[in-house]
Amino acid sequence: MQDINAANETSRRRAAIKRTVVGYSFLTPASTIMILFIFVPVFMAFYLSLFEWDLISPKTFVGLRNYARIFQSTDFFIAVRNTFYFVLVQLPLDFGISLGVALLLNQKIRGLSFYRTVFFTPVITSTVAVSAVWLWLYDPFDGLFNYLLEFIGLGPYGWLNDPKMAMLSVIIMSVWKGLGYNVVLFLAGLQSIDASLYEAASIDGAKPFQQFRYITLPQLSPTMYFVLIMGVINSFKVFTQIDVMTPGGGPLKSTMVIVYLIYQQAFNSFRFGEASALSVLLSAFILVLTLLQRFFLEKRVHYN
Amino acid sequence: MRKSYSKQFVIHFVLIVLGAAMILPFAWMISTSLKGYHEIFRYPPKWIPDSPQWSNYLEVWKLAPFGRFYVNSVFVALVTTVGQVITGVLAAYAFSRMEFWGRDKVFMLFLATLMVPTQVTLIPTYIVMSQMGWIDSYQALIIPFVSTAFSVFLLRQFFLTIPKELEEASIMDGCSKLRFICSVLMPLAKPAIASVSLFGFLGSWNSYLWPLIVINSNQMRTLPIGLRYFVSQQGGGSEWHYLMAASLIVMLPVLIVFFAAQKQFIEGIARSGIKG
Repeated sequence: MQDINAANETSRRRAAIKRTVVGYSFLTPASTIMILFIFVPVFMAFYLSLFEWDLISPKTFVGLRNYARIFQSTDFFIAVRNTFYFVLVQLPLDFGISLGVALLLNQKIRGLSFYRTVFFTPVITSTVAVSAVWLWLYDPFDGLFNYLLEFIGLGPYGWLNDPKMAMLSVIIMSVWKGLGYNVVLFLAGLQSIDASLYEAASIDGAKPFQQFRYITLPQLSPTMYFVLIMGVINSFKVFTQIDVMTPGGGPLKSTMVIVYLIYQQAFNSFRFGEASALSVLLSAFILVLTLLQRFFLEKRVHYN
Repeated sequence: MRKSYSKQFVIHFVLIVLGAAMILPFAWMISTSLKGYHEIFRYPPKWIPDSPQWSNYLEVWKLAPFGRFYVNSVFVALVTTVGQVITGVLAAYAFSRMEFWGRDKVFMLFLATLMVPTQVTLIPTYIVMSQMGWIDSYQALIIPFVSTAFSVFLLRQFFLTIPKELEEASIMDGCSKLRFICSVLMPLAKPAIASVSLFGFLGSWNSYLWPLIVINSNQMRTLPIGLRYFVSQQGGGSEWHYLMAASLIVMLPVLIVFFAAQKQFIEGIARSGIKG
């Protein structure tokens, strides 16, 4: 009896070991990539941020001096201010307009898929290509925008050439580009709300606004939460349109955002240590923000 | 009844105005791309060019090697996508239908990579690439991206919905695991594989910051980077007709695929958003 148990035990253990080996062999290709290009680089970024290095001469250990230097430089504060300006203006505009459009599209209107396609087209087009188009639209002398605004007695504006307007111009283009993504998400969220909730509410005499406040908003909150988190993370990483439309950080550095500063420090000034320190700071900041959002917002999110 | 008509009217009016604003940049791009040099600066500007200069599109191919940029972009995006599907299917299979020691902990580690902003890995990855002598190569554009936690996650969620009995039956028929994956699981998981391919391809096609730093030579540039240098060459001047033609050339393939397969695009985005 005992022999049989022991034999069973070893064969079961053998089977478990075999399963584990087979399981990890299936994971090997994917995990190799993630270890080499995500986990190792994350630790390397911390490590590199403690050195001074131009990739050519040997690196010298400087402790936390890179961080100290960052907090003493004016460029860093300009970049932080610009990034916050971008996030705090772009995000509410994008969120508000896309929610509004999705609510309109959800009113059982004709031509829904046509409108949805129209709003979604900028999302899938190349950011560099549309940046080139907007560069032309914004041209202070021959651009279409100044021409159109002249009709209502406005302008001419300097747009991307004007230090006071450059960031706002980038924001307007970014809202135009990203809007459709959130429209599709919000619309999918709205369409998944159970129609019987509205029927029950109107039988009870709820007004349209009350229905919006007490049914639509809570039912849509998981989508809103997702849109907000993704929006914050993506906005803090803005780079492509800034680099194409305002090369060099814009007039008087008015569009120099944090990722642009990282790019410049590393690949124009060859200060890889300081650039690593900057990227560590940015990543830590995004991580903290995501966790804070999770903590404060998740309580208000209504899951079915 | 009349009230609902006027409501419909207001909704359509708002949507048409906003929709026109969405389309305006594209229309202006096409219009400018067909104008002659002097017509660009005519005041007041005209939407329809006097005589469409189709030759602008040919000129652009001579001004920069856009053909080469195309080949690079297509090759890099295709290999990246195939890689993401293969590594993703294998890993998702292990995570969803096999039981082994440490499986869920490893899955959590995979998910954790989604929280890591690309900026933090940028410089170390660049340094690794330069030490391997991979700067300015296809490997540098492809290898770091042949697997993403996002595709593994999406495929795993889909595999979980496929009944286990199906696999038991196939195994009884003497089917190996890999045979089962290729001939039963993957055909069933077509919608999820389509979503993963779509995101993989678009991500690679539109990728900007990484190819910008890791590619040096004109010959190795992908379309976005090629266009970026074309903009900075031409932007100083005023060859807007060429710039607009080049922009259209760059965005056209994705636009065509999008208009042909809108439903899959939009459903793919909506699905990833809700489940992600």
